[in-house]
Amino acid sequence: MLHFPQWKVILVFGVVLAGIIFALPNLFARSSMESMPSWVPHHQVNLGLDLQGGAHLLYQLDENEMIEDWLNKLRDEVRETLRKDRISYTDLTQNVAGRTVSVKIRQATDFDKAYQDLRKLSQPVGGSFGLSGANNLDVSQNGDDGIVLKVTDAGLTQRMNSAIQASIETIRRRVDAFGTTEPSIQRQGRNRVLVQVPGISDVERLKKLIGETGKLEFRMVDPGANAQQVVETKQVPIDDELLYSKDTPPVPYVIRKQVLVSGENLVDSQPGFDQRTNEPIVTFRFDSTGAKRFARATQENVGLPFAIILDGKVVSAPVIREPILGGSGQISGHFTVPEASDLAVTLRSGALPAKLTVIEERTVGASLGADSIASGTKATLLGLLLVVLFMFAAYGLFGLFANIALVVNIALIFGVLSLIGSTLTLPGIAGIVLTMGIAVDANVLINERIREEIRSGKSPVASIEAGYQRAMTTIIDSNMTTLISTLVLFWLGSGAVRGFAVTLTIGILASMFTAVTLTRLMVSYWLRWARPALIPI
Amino acid sequence: MFTGIHFIPADTKIGFVRLRTISWVISALLTVVPLLLVWKVGLNFGIDFQGGTLIEIQTKESVADLADIRAKVHGLNLGEVQIQEFGAPNDVLIRVAAQPTEKEQQESIAKVKQVLGDQVEYRRIEVVGPTISSELIAGGTVAVVIAMIAILMYIWFRFEWQFAVAAIASLVHDVTGTIGLYSLLQLEFNLSSIAAILTIIGYSLNDKVVIFDRIRENLRKYKKMPLTELLDLSINETLSRTVLTHVTTFLAMMPFVLVGGEAIFGFALAMVWGIVIGAYSSIYVAAPLQLILGVKRDSGMASAPARAKTQARARA
Repeated sequence: MLHFPQWKVILVFGVVLAGIIFALPNLFARSSMESMPSWVPHHQVNLGLDLQGGAHLLYQLDENEMIEDWLNKLRDEVRETLRKDRISYTDLTQNVAGRTVSVKIRQATDFDKAYQDLRKLSQPVGGSFGLSGANNLDVSQNGDDGIVLKVTDAGLTQRMNSAIQASIETIRRRVDAFGTTEPSIQRQGRNRVLVQVPGISDVERLKKLIGETGKLEFRMVDPGANAQQVVETKQVPIDDELLYSKDTPPVPYVIRKQVLVSGENLVDSQPGFDQRTNEPIVTFRFDSTGAKRFARATQENVGLPFAIILDGKVVSAPVIREPILGGSGQISGHFTVPEASDLAVTLRSGALPAKLTVIEERTVGASLGADSIASGTKATLLGLLLVVLFMFAAYGLFGLFANIALVVNIALIFGVLSLIGSTLTLPGIAGIVLTMGIAVDANVLINERIREEIRSGKSPVASIEAGYQRAMTTIIDSNMTTLISTLVLFWLGSGAVRGFAVTLTIGILASMFTAVTLTRLMVSYWLRWARPALIPI
Repeated sequence: MFTGIHFIPADTKIGFVRLRTISWVISALLTVVPLLLVWKVGLNFGIDFQGGTLIEIQTKESVADLADIRAKVHGLNLGEVQIQEFGAPNDVLIRVAAQPTEKEQQESIAKVKQVLGDQVEYRRIEVVGPTISSELIAGGTVAVVIAMIAILMYIWFRFEWQFAVAAIASLVHDVTGTIGLYSLLQLEFNLSSIAAILTIIGYSLNDKVVIFDRIRENLRKYKKMPLTELLDLSINETLSRTVLTHVTTFLAMMPFVLVGGEAIFGFALAMVWGIVIGAYSSIYVAAPLQLILGVKRDSGMASAPARAKTQARARA
């Protein structure tokens, strides 16, 4: 029992050494680590947002809005299809709650043809290579003359997946414009995106930048309508829409529904200054399709005002003085310099597929994070000191063994955290502290057992052997219960709380090694060296 | 050579189980009074479970003018608003009740920031919308229940069902006792409180397992000893360990209560309390419950190899 084969000794020292080597970088400042030679381990523990400051924003994509958008498009497609077939119809309606678009066919003779063609609107999920066999639409007959197109669950899930994917890409491009280090943008659950940006100070600006849908449209102002009159009478001409500017008070405009060019055709957009007025502006460039469309539209409408619309608000409505053929232009809308640069980022990054709402926000300032690190470190060192003193007071030399093992245990925790790139949070530090209690508990169990065995009259070596052996099952059993609740915590927890579960789990597992194997090795060396007649315990 | 101080003498003979009438009353009170407290006084639910906005600010002047801040924020008509000092005299915690929608909630921060201006430093802002808070309530409850069931299964697997039931009963005692502390001191009950409770469950059980282990061992060793005596013997034999291990964990955790900072104070205090109440329930709840549940004599030989070994020995 107390005899260690050579390979085991090497293994134990190897693990201890590796733990210390991987933990060491954490003792140095990040900047001084960079000047170290490349063979030195560089990984340091990532600090959680609560320790280094930063923003944690959980966004949710509005599913209903997405369905509504889809149904609107679907309705247009149904109208288009039936118009092309010259089939007359009635009661073309949509139902968001039921996720359906329904239509009635007037002539019974047209029904089969309409049904056949509307069925073609349904696409297999996952494209034509889709393996699931499911379609995104369910087209069915309703009564004698009705046809119902229903968005299927599979179709909705697929659209949600691609919308979330696209949102993540867009958000990433926007957050990157801030130039912060290592932002993390991840999907969470079905319709959520978690954005974590360490070390950011202006969270309001970040939220504004991410929250903007960024849907840009160029549309004509209806020259025949009087906006003020329309506001009063509430009679908007057909094919027109009443929109307001972003000013306070908002200025009403009557805008054509037809979109000349949209943001999808933008290839670049940059902030700049107007050469004449020196006012901050945003310049943009279209792709070839966009440029062609814009050129034609401006040629046809010289002298008329058109509107630049962002997310349903009129940014500006200049008059077309001459055809714009080069495919580039500028937006001026009384911007401040940061507004212009944020708008340029929004346009450049493309529109979000649907509106995102913040459902959870946790922001910590850098100063609070620094305070937390300071007080956490102070509390940990104080706790360590108390435990070490107490263990020595209670068990003398054997307490010293336990204390050495405890320090190695803490080094191992930091080594593993650095190696797996896990995040250390304030509750995580508390987890390390709790581990200190649990780790020495194993030694308390062993030492108490040894005392009992000595009292029962066994020899020193036999007592120690029996002590380690009999305490082992108890240690495993008792650590298992803590591990079970920690695993549940890991599964439930998010962010900071999860950090607690991580350090506690690593700590408990490491303590099985340090408190049992490592101390036993120390005790066995000591026994061989001192050959004591009595055990000082 | 220094052999260590024997804090607890080796041969204590305290009648923990013999004097159980008194401890039953105390344990019952420790379980019921917290429930009454929660029922009558209630818990101070944090924004994790209630939804709402929490803003921690630090003012430039050394003592924050709470009345002024209160007047400014109350003027916004955002519903219930709490303003309190947080740690230092120039640290202020502002809590704004949940707004009906996520959008209004976001607007409420902007409004508070507008009236407080740039003269204060915004140290922390937390916003939990109604969607998340209801999910967190469900998640937290499920986690505690699942942890309990998983532990019950483990103890049942390793020991007899009587031990498992005793463990769960004492865990309920620990959990209600901890929740009672939250209610009594009106500590904020949030996600980290659930973490504290889960950890207390795991840690406190760790201790019970050690005593159960000893009871099982003694059941095997002393076949004729009356159960009351045997339980007392087992508790006394492990008493030194029980006390020492709780003292070390207590010592490790206590600095967090004292100097760990306001952000983790509630969590650390709950842990420390849980350590104390866990030690109590190991001695006075988990072990004596065996009497009522009537643990069987052969429970020490539950595992098949052990049984085979004894049979072999009997034949020899």
